[in-house]
Formats: sequence, C-alpha cells, structure tokens
Amino acid sequence: MSLLSILGVLSSAIFSGTSLLYTTLGEVIDERAGIVNLGLEGVLLVSASSGFAVTSITGNPYLGILVAMLAGGLMNLVLGYLVITRKANQLASGLALMFFGFGLSALIGKSYVGVKITSLPKILLPGLAGLPPLYSSLFRFDLLIFLVIPAAILVWWLLYRTRWGLGLRAVGENADTAFASGRDPRLIRYQALFVGGMLVGLGAAHLSIAYAMNWTEYMTGGRGFIAVALVIFSKWHPLRAIVGALVFSAAVAFQLLLQSSGLQVSPFLLDTIPYILTLVVLIAWGGNRKHSAPASLGRVYQGSE
Amino acid sequence: MSKIEEALPRSPVIQMKFMRAILRYLLMILLAFLLFGIILLISGKDPIQSYRDIFISTFGNSRGFSEVIVGMIPMLLTAMAVALPSRVGLINVGGEGQLYIGAAFATFGALTFSHLPAWLLIPIMMLLGMLGGALWAFLPGYFKSIGLVNETITTLLMNSVAPKIIGFLIFGFWHSPMDTVKTDNFVAAARLPAFFGTRIHLGLVFGLVLLVAFWLFMKYTRWGLEMYAIWNNPQAARRNGIPVKKYLIIAMCVGGAIAGLAGMSQVSGFYGVLLLNFSMSLGFMGFMICWLSGGDPLGIVVMSFVVSVIFTGGNLLQLTRGLPFAVINILLAFTLFVVLASPTIFKGKKS
Repeated sequence: MSLLSILGVLSSAIFSGTSLLYTTLGEVIDERAGIVNLGLEGVLLVSASSGFAVTSITGNPYLGILVAMLAGGLMNLVLGYLVITRKANQLASGLALMFFGFGLSALIGKSYVGVKITSLPKILLPGLAGLPPLYSSLFRFDLLIFLVIPAAILVWWLLYRTRWGLGLRAVGENADTAFASGRDPRLIRYQALFVGGMLVGLGAAHLSIAYAMNWTEYMTGGRGFIAVALVIFSKWHPLRAIVGALVFSAAVAFQLLLQSSGLQVSPFLLDTIPYILTLVVLIAWGGNRKHSAPASLGRVYQGSE
Repeated sequence: MSKIEEALPRSPVIQMKFMRAILRYLLMILLAFLLFGIILLISGKDPIQSYRDIFISTFGNSRGFSEVIVGMIPMLLTAMAVALPSRVGLINVGGEGQLYIGAAFATFGALTFSHLPAWLLIPIMMLLGMLGGALWAFLPGYFKSIGLVNETITTLLMNSVAPKIIGFLIFGFWHSPMDTVKTDNFVAAARLPAFFGTRIHLGLVFGLVLLVAFWLFMKYTRWGLEMYAIWNNPQAARRNGIPVKKYLIIAMCVGGAIAGLAGMSQVSGFYGVLLLNFSMSLGFMGFMICWLSGGDPLGIVVMSFVVSVIFTGGNLLQLTRGLPFAVINILLAFTLFVVLASPTIFKGKKS
C-alpha cells in the first residue's frame, strides 16, 4: 500500500466527516435545549436539495450555502411548532419530520438530478505548496472544511461562555427552574432549534454542494441517525463532537484502506464498523451516561400558567 | 349538547364520543390533504385531478383496493412490534432493522430447505424470521434491562447495521446468477399463499390474528396486567415481585420477533425474493402508526389503512403526474403533523 493511497483515504475521510460534524453540532444545540430531533435525515435532505437548487440556478455556491442554512433552520422550526407549541411527542414528531423531508427534498430536487454545478473553490492547505501535484491535490479543501473546527469551538463558546448558552442549557436541564429564573423556555427552545438547524444546513450544503456536487434522492444515507448517535457518543459536548466525528471518519477511512489494500472483506461488513464502534463505545460508557445527558431531554415543557 | 346526550339511551353516549373522534380524524385528514394540495399547486400540478387519481386507484376498483390491503400487511406487523414493547415503557425504534434480519433469516430458510413441502417450509421460515427479529432486538432489550444504554439509541444504530448485513449476504452468498442485488426467486413452496387472485397474502392473517391475540393478552392475562404495572411504575412493580428485567427483555424480543415476521411476510408473500433495501422505512412507518393509534390494536388497523391508502395512491401519482414517488411522503407527513399537533386525542400515553 502506497503513501498516496493512505493520504487519499485520509483526505476522503475528512471530506465525508465534515458534514457529519456540522450535523452533530446542530443536534448538540437542539438536545442541550432539551429537544431530540430524530428528523435530522429529513432536515439534511431538504437543506441539501434546496442549497443545490439555488447553487444551480444562481451559479453561486455561497448563496446556495446560505439558503441551505435557512432551510435547515426553517425545517427545525416546523419540529419546534409541533413539540414546543403543540407539545407533541418528540420522537414521533421527529420521524414525521423525516418523512416530510424525504418528500419535500424529492420535490425540490426533481429537476436537478444529474445537473452540474460550480462548486466551492478548493484551497490548498497552507505550507504545502511545494508538494508534487499528485499529492497536493489531496490537500485541497473547501471553505466549509476549514471552518468546521472553528464552528465547533464557536458552538462551545456559545453554549458555555455566553448568557444565551447558559439559558439554553438551563432550559435543557430543567425548564421550570429556568422559567422561574426569568427565562422563556419556549423562546429559547425555538432559538436553539433554529440555530441548530442552520448548522445542520451547513452540513447538508457541504454534502451536496462541495462533496458530492450533485443531488440524488436519499443522498444522506443515514447521516442524520449517525449524528444522533454521535451526540451521545460525545456526551452532548461540542468539542468532544470533534473527536466523535474524527473517530467515525477514521473508521470510514480504515474501511476504505482495507478495501484498497485488496483485503478480501465484504465492503458491506466494513460499512458496519462505524456503527458497531459507536455502539460499543456507548455500551462501554453506559454506566456514567446519566450524568451528562440534559436532564429534561425529551420532556414536554407544560408551561406555568 | 348535554341534553341530547341525556335524552338518548345509555350506550349512544359512547357512540357520540366515538363519532366525534371519527369526525375529528376525518377533519384532520382533510386538512392534511388540503395542505398537500397547496404543495401540488405550487409545483404546477392539478390537485383535484391528483386526488381523483389517488381515490380511483385505491377505492375505485377491487384491484386497487386489494393493493391497499397488501400495503397494510407489513405496517400492521411493524406497528405491533412497537406497540408491544411500549406496554412496558420501551421505545422500539428498531423495527426497520429487526424486519431486515427477520427477512434474512427467512430467506436462509427458503434457500436451504427449498426441497421441503410448503406446509413444512412456511412454518420454518416463519420461525426463522421471528428468531432473527428477536435476536436483533435482544441486545437493546438486555442493555436496557441492566440500565446500561437506552433502547432508543441502540435500536436506531442497529437499524443502520441490518441492511448492510443483508447486502453482505446477498452479494457474498445468495445473489442470483443474473442479478447481484437480489437472490433467486423463491420456490413456490416458500411463497405465502395469496387469496382471491390478488396479491393479498397470508401475512394479513398473521397481522390480524396477532392483533387480536395482543388485545386479549393485554386485557385478560396476568402477564398483561403485570406489564401494565411495569409501564405505570417499574420501581413499584419490582418491589411487588414482578421480574421487571425479564419482562423488558422478553417484550423487546417479542416485538423484534413480530417485526421479523413482517420481514418474512414481505420476502415470502410480497416479493418472493430478497432484495437490497426492500423495506423503504416500513419500520419507521410502524413506529408512527403505533404512536398515532396510541398502541391500540383497532387504531393500528385504521391508521395502517390510512397510511397504505396514501402510499398506494402515491404510486399512481408517480405514473400519471410525473412526480417522484417520494413526494407522497409529504402527504403522509402532513397527516402525521396534523394528528401530532392535536395532543388531546391520546392523553393517556406517556411521552
């Protein structure tokens, strides 16, 4: 196995892990405010399709990213209306949102299947200009990849170093207490869902506009569910989410490596490695899990009239 | 209003309540159709024509109607696979994975024992399918019972693993010489018999019989009562000597077994072959149906019927209106949204 193929695998792992990290960060914010969003798959699809459509129409990928973020936020607000205002069950509402996303994205993306777009420009990692072109092409990343770690730090800063984040976490732990201390749990949850949705939209934008550079139905392939698992894996912490996404990407990379090394293992079985790994880690950490989950995760805030 | 109720003999009060519930459901579904009509209008399709298509293709002739029933079969089973564990407070989101593994086990039976006569082969396949589903549900149930990991997340993760195992089995061992994405067609003895010259197969009987059995079990047996006690308060149930852990594991496994049976009935009754990714979210649909019907057996039948009408009609929408099939998910989602947004219907359910 050559160095080139190893680097190639790493590079593709970074590409595929980026959208996952954005999505996970979005879900961290949702869940920190006490809302489980099982409809991520649908949110991703709608953002990916609308972002792709706008990029295709305007020829401007940045506009596409913006629209994808907005679409993600709006999709999450639909969930918000159901679970916050109408006090519906979160798991059921999330799955309903998923079906909605399946349908809406198919409708939006209908005329864009197989269309080519101008993607985000890829920039060489600084300091690597001296590499031969075969190698340096592996280190050309788009803007969204460069921004993903800063985004995680930003989310951490928002959650742990701002008043807004403090309120958000308070609502996730105990909405009644947060209300008693003068915060509006409903408003905060709506805000959290919108911001979380925008991050999910960024992940989707990276997927359709920068990584795959096309639109196909169901193109997310279960990423939404992986993100839900990674949130638990990272114990609801945005910085640990980086580790989670890295571990997952590494597992994907490892699987690609095994394949390229000509080892006779079915790619289907290798595909299961990341999930099984997540499962094993969850079980290994199971004992002390309770201490890190937001205490009122999944509970309906009944209001205090 | 109350005067009218008093004037009537005793039972019509219940009937009135029932009628009002039905009326409210109808109004909600009407609202969902209205919203979807707007979406159709925006995308440049004629909603009235589209709805006529849906209704004619489902209620307009006996063949269309039989297709609705065919579509209901797996939903009945996957909904029950969620309903049963929910009676001890377990949230089984893993119907999708359990269905796949059940289908794989049943396929193994169909391919290995293909020389057996139908009366022997079909029960073997059923048992294998249920075994597969139960095995896939065992781990989540076990880890939940010892308080290690929440069953919601484990079942969700295992959903993603199951279709890949199917892929591994099909590509590696079972694929037919002509096609790598599916197995050989099953022999006739491995097919569930169909009725009345339609595609309605024996799976319907499984679904209905199991629903009745489920209802009787919950209402008239000691175990049903004990499950109710666990649902209400696991702590108190445990102190009263009910083996809560055992119940949790068994309920989860039985749920998985029913989902596995759904998988078996799909490959044996509907397709007659094991395909990659054949489920198309049947497991999740089962979850929604169970939730919407509050886990009530009759409600499961009604909601499965509604969802099946939507999807069967959607097939035609794709053919005649040039819309992607997935678009029909919007109509399903609107129906779900509208029902979810009115929380007064099923107050009793714990969230």
